[in-house]
Amino acid sequence: MAAITLGNRLRPLAYLSPWLIGFALFFVYPLISTVYFSFQRYDLFTLEPVGLLNYRYFLQDDAAWTSIRNTLWLVVVMVPLRVVFGLGVAQLVTRLKAGAGIFRTIFYLPSLVPLVAGTLGFVYLLNPATGPVQAILGAVGVRSPDWFGDPAWSKWGLTMLALWSVGDLMVIFMAALLDVPKQLYEAAALDGATGWRQFVHITLPVIRPVLMFAAVTGVIQTLQYFTQAMVAARVASGATDSAGSVFVPGYPDQSTLTFPEWLFHQGFRDFAMGYACVLALVLFAVSMVFTLILLRQFRGFGEEDA
Amino acid sequence: MKRSLAISAVAGLALVTGCTAGTESPGPALKSATANDPVTVEFWHGFTADNELKAFEDTLAGFKQKFPWITVKATKAIQDDQILQAVRGGNPPDVALSFTTDSVAQFCKAGIFQDLNPYLAAGKIDATALFPKVIAEYTQYEGKRCVMPMLADTYGLYYNKKLMKGNQPPKTLSELADLTKKLTVRDADGTIKVAGFMPTSQMYENAPIHTGVMVGAKWTNPDGTSAIGSDPAWKTLMKWQKDLTGWFGYDKLEKFRKSFGDEWSADNPFQKGKVAMAIDGEWRNAMIAADAPDLDYGTAPLPVADDQADRYGAGFIAGTVIGIPRGAKHQEAAWELVKYLTTDTDALVTLSNAIRNVPSTLPALQSPDLKKDPNFQTFLDVFANPNSSTLPAHVNSVFNQQTLQEAQIAWESGRASDLDALLADVDKKINEKLKLTAGG
Repeated sequence: MAAITLGNRLRPLAYLSPWLIGFALFFVYPLISTVYFSFQRYDLFTLEPVGLLNYRYFLQDDAAWTSIRNTLWLVVVMVPLRVVFGLGVAQLVTRLKAGAGIFRTIFYLPSLVPLVAGTLGFVYLLNPATGPVQAILGAVGVRSPDWFGDPAWSKWGLTMLALWSVGDLMVIFMAALLDVPKQLYEAAALDGATGWRQFVHITLPVIRPVLMFAAVTGVIQTLQYFTQAMVAARVASGATDSAGSVFVPGYPDQSTLTFPEWLFHQGFRDFAMGYACVLALVLFAVSMVFTLILLRQFRGFGEEDA
Repeated sequence: MKRSLAISAVAGLALVTGCTAGTESPGPALKSATANDPVTVEFWHGFTADNELKAFEDTLAGFKQKFPWITVKATKAIQDDQILQAVRGGNPPDVALSFTTDSVAQFCKAGIFQDLNPYLAAGKIDATALFPKVIAEYTQYEGKRCVMPMLADTYGLYYNKKLMKGNQPPKTLSELADLTKKLTVRDADGTIKVAGFMPTSQMYENAPIHTGVMVGAKWTNPDGTSAIGSDPAWKTLMKWQKDLTGWFGYDKLEKFRKSFGDEWSADNPFQKGKVAMAIDGEWRNAMIAADAPDLDYGTAPLPVADDQADRYGAGFIAGTVIGIPRGAKHQEAAWELVKYLTTDTDALVTLSNAIRNVPSTLPALQSPDLKKDPNFQTFLDVFANPNSSTLPAHVNSVFNQQTLQEAQIAWESGRASDLDALLADVDKKINEKLKLTAGG
């Protein structure tokens, strides 16, 4: 009967095997090798153990810390603004009596524009010399800043770009808002609650899970923020593809340098793969911290709902 | 949610990990056999511009005539990254060409390209007699010659004769600054209409590797550490740039720069008459001939620091390099192609005449078939000038340039005000990075 017992024991493992194999191949193995390479000097061709050198370099690498600050700025400023703005637009659009379909389409469309195309468009629109925004502002005597060329404004430029393409959030907020039971508002109105109090005491609590979803996905996306920053910096700097002119991500003055950009640059531009592995582990750790915090929040919801 | 985070984290990790390095190839397997079996050579190059592509294909046709049994399968528009990835993936082309010399040290150090010295020795080719001395600096690293030069680039000053209003091209930085102020045309509110010269490092070809030669500035010490902070020449250059930038107003200059068309298009600001003088490479001659044939212009060597008048005539030199990647399948045929493209006088002269690059061998430079006009001759003279220099191969070449360029932007914009501290920080970054990537 031993065989049957063994078979019984192995059967769950067999059922789990697709997941187990996938997990081992795509998570455990890369994670272990990332840790291994982080102790090596590795240019994709030669391996040389260097102890803690890559970690020590990280501690004094100003650009890495700048990129961390920039990424946190985007998490702290851009994500909440996107949620607030998306909610505001969704509120307006759901209340429209006429032309709702047209406005919904107009506000949603930008989120369908490819990232690179949208970013190129923004840099062009906000060009201080030839951009239409400056032309219009100039006509009324206002001088627009050099959005993507001034370190004080560049992150705000990226934030505007993110607000413009808020359509993805608007759609889920609209669905959530239309889902709030009407009788709650009617009951509140009978009790004398006005618009703002209805919003705070009825709308917000009901749509809170959706808000949380928007915040969580927003944080995850922003920790990986790459394309828009890379394209905007590249185009705004005017760097060209010629021998001798090198492009520095983060233009101007590393103000748009995000953590994933720096990781990519170390690994695939400078071929300091060992150091890039250290950065990858930092990103992994930070992502895990955010996951744990947000999971805790979700658990809270579950209990509340029950 | 945890799942999607985990997946994204894994994706990020998978990106930076992967399989281990390929194996060192056994080196050139030179056979003495003369059997000319048909063979197809995979060749990756970076040419894209129509006129250059056509000229290059003509050159390859010339190779086919000489070596009818070798078929060259050329792939255009290749960047260094693609070469690296292909070599790493174990499926490289037989011959690869790169426009930049920045990666040569990396190519040599990691053995991405094969050492060609054994081929040269076997073919009894004396590289020192064939190539000008300066070329050796950017085609070799620590005794390994892993690439050969195919045409060279030099840099000089282009000037628009109409906008110069009868003035002669400047020979020193002071003269350049004075003339810039004289030739600049501005509105009452300071908006620039025509700039005499764009002083900032962000202007198209004003990268520090090109402008550093004007003051004879040094990049690195023999041990690879940074010499930037300790070489006063960089301060001379950057102070000069900052002074002239201040005269224009940085904001005004940036606004003007951002109105320029693409460097490689017919909208290039020099070709459009928006700047009177500009630093550019010799290839601009061919582009002006194609895009703005009516432009009345001249060329001159770059101006030099006021106290270095004897160095006038020097310029920056670099060039296109070509080599045989590790793991190439048809090494002998590949070497024939490399040899043809880098040592055959007719091939080099024909290509030079078509795309107006500087030939990279001494016999080709002296060839009577090389078309010369005064504007192109300037660049041949710069190439021959003993004070002209290149950026010696360095394993962190790109990083070093980026670090200095970032400092230059911070300085010229006024966002950094302590030049000594700024350059000391550049030194620190370069030296730390050297420890990270090369030890020492």
